[in-house]
Amino acid sequence: MTKTIALIDYGSGNLRSASKAFEHVIAAEDLDYRVNLVTTAADLALADKIVLPGQGAFGDCMQTLQSVDGLIATLEEKVLHRKAPFFGICVGMQLLADQGHEHGIHKGLGWIPGEVVPLQKTSPDLKIPHMGWNDILPDQPDHFLLRTIKSASNLERNFYFVHSFMFQCKERENQLAHAEYGQNVTAAVVRDNIFGTQFHPEKSQVAGLNLIRDFLRWVP
Amino acid sequence: MLKTRIIPCLDVADGRVVKGVNFVDLIDAGDPVEQARLYQEQGADELCFLDITATHEDRGTILDIVSRTAAEVFMPLTVGGGVRTLADIRNLLNAGADKVSINSAAIKNPDFVREASDKCGAQCIVVALDARKTGPQSWEIYTHGGRHPTGIDAVAWAQKMAAYGAGELLVTSMDKDGTKSGFDLELTRHISEAVPIPVIASGGVGTLEHLVEGVRDGKASAVLAASIFHFGTHTISEAKHAFARHGIAMRL
Repeated sequence: MTKTIALIDYGSGNLRSASKAFEHVIAAEDLDYRVNLVTTAADLALADKIVLPGQGAFGDCMQTLQSVDGLIATLEEKVLHRKAPFFGICVGMQLLADQGHEHGIHKGLGWIPGEVVPLQKTSPDLKIPHMGWNDILPDQPDHFLLRTIKSASNLERNFYFVHSFMFQCKERENQLAHAEYGQNVTAAVVRDNIFGTQFHPEKSQVAGLNLIRDFLRWVP
Repeated sequence: MLKTRIIPCLDVADGRVVKGVNFVDLIDAGDPVEQARLYQEQGADELCFLDITATHEDRGTILDIVSRTAAEVFMPLTVGGGVRTLADIRNLLNAGADKVSINSAAIKNPDFVREASDKCGAQCIVVALDARKTGPQSWEIYTHGGRHPTGIDAVAWAQKMAAYGAGELLVTSMDKDGTKSGFDLELTRHISEAVPIPVIASGGVGTLEHLVEGVRDGKASAVLAASIFHFGTHTISEAKHAFARHGIAMRL
C-alpha cells in the first residue's frame, strides 16, 4: 500500500520547495510514497513519515505549531510513541531542542536535549547569517542517513545553509554531522527515529535529493 | 568550509528571458525555466530572476515562472523587481522563491525592510542597492536604473539596511554596470567591511578574472553576473574553476 509522507503546513515559507523536492525524489526513484500537506492533527495521524519544515524565528514557529489544535499532541504520539520517522528542516530541526534563545527564551519540543544558540562571530570578517554552501563532516559515519554522503564527491557533500542560530546538542551521540564556520556548527541531529538538518536539503540540488531519498528508505 | 557562491541572474520581461543563452540544446531559449535548469546543470549555486516589467498588472506571470522553476530546480532562488508590499513577498515565497530582493521600495520606506524581515525572517530579505561614485571613497544611492540620485550615502545606507534586518546586500555599481570592465571593487569592499551580513557583488563583469577580484579584493561573499553567462561567453563551471585556481573554496 502506498505510504504517506506528511509535510506539516503551518505557514512556513519553504513548504512548497520541500514538497516539490520530495515529489521529485519519489517519482525519480519510483518509491511507493505520496506527499500529503497536512494542516490538522487528524490528517497527521494518518502519516507514515513526517517532515517539519521551518523558516523564520524559533518562537514564532513554535507558537504557530502550538496554535493548531492537537497538532503537537499528535506529533508526539506519532513520533515519540509510535516511532514514525521524522525529519525536521532548518527551524523545524531547531524546534527539537529543549529551548531556543532567539528573541528571548522559548521552549521547544524537547525531543533532543540541547539549546538553540546564536552563531558566534569568531572573527571580525565572519558573516552572519551563515549563508551558502558548506560541506558537512560526519560525526557518525556509519549511520544509514550518511551512507551516501560519506563516500560522495566534494560537490555532493555540500549543502545549502542559511541561519544565524544553531543547535547545540547536550549529548554527543545526538550530533550526526557538523560543518565548519568559524566554529563547529551542528549540521544534522539524530535520536532513534528523529532526524533533523540545519541545512535545506530541498535547496541542495543532488546532495539534498540523495539525502531525501535516503530518509524515505530509512527504517530506524 | 563555506564556499563562494556564483549567482547567474536572468532578466525577465513579460515572462520571457530578455537576454538568453543561445545553446542548441535548449528547446526554448526564452523560457526562464529552461534557462534555470541549464544553470543548475552547470552547477550554479543560486539563481536570481529580475522581473524588469514588474507592473502590478502582471505579477501573475512572474509567480507562474517562479512556481514552475521551483518544481524542478532545487537551489535557492531570489526574485527581484517590483517588490513593494508584504503581499508581494508572501506571494513570491509561497510560489517557491527563497528570497526577495527589495530596491526602490526600501528607499521610499526603509521601515518596509524592517517589517519584511520581522514577518518573513532576515534570511529571505535581500536589499539591492545601486550606487554611483561621487568622490574618493564616497558613493551615492541612485534609483531608476542609475538615473535618479537620492542624496543617500551608499555605505551608510548599507549599514542602515543591515541594521533594519536585511539578510544580505546586493551591491551594484551603476558606473560599472554594462561596461564589462569589472566590479567597482572599492565600493564592494567598503560596504562588505562595514556590514556584518554577506554582500553580493554585481555590475560590470566582463571576464572570469573580474569575478575572482570581486571576492579576493572586493571581499564579497558571492558574485552575481548576467551577460557573461547569458551569451555563453563562459559557463558557471569555467567560472568556478577560475576561482579554484586562485585558491578560493568553491562547490565543485
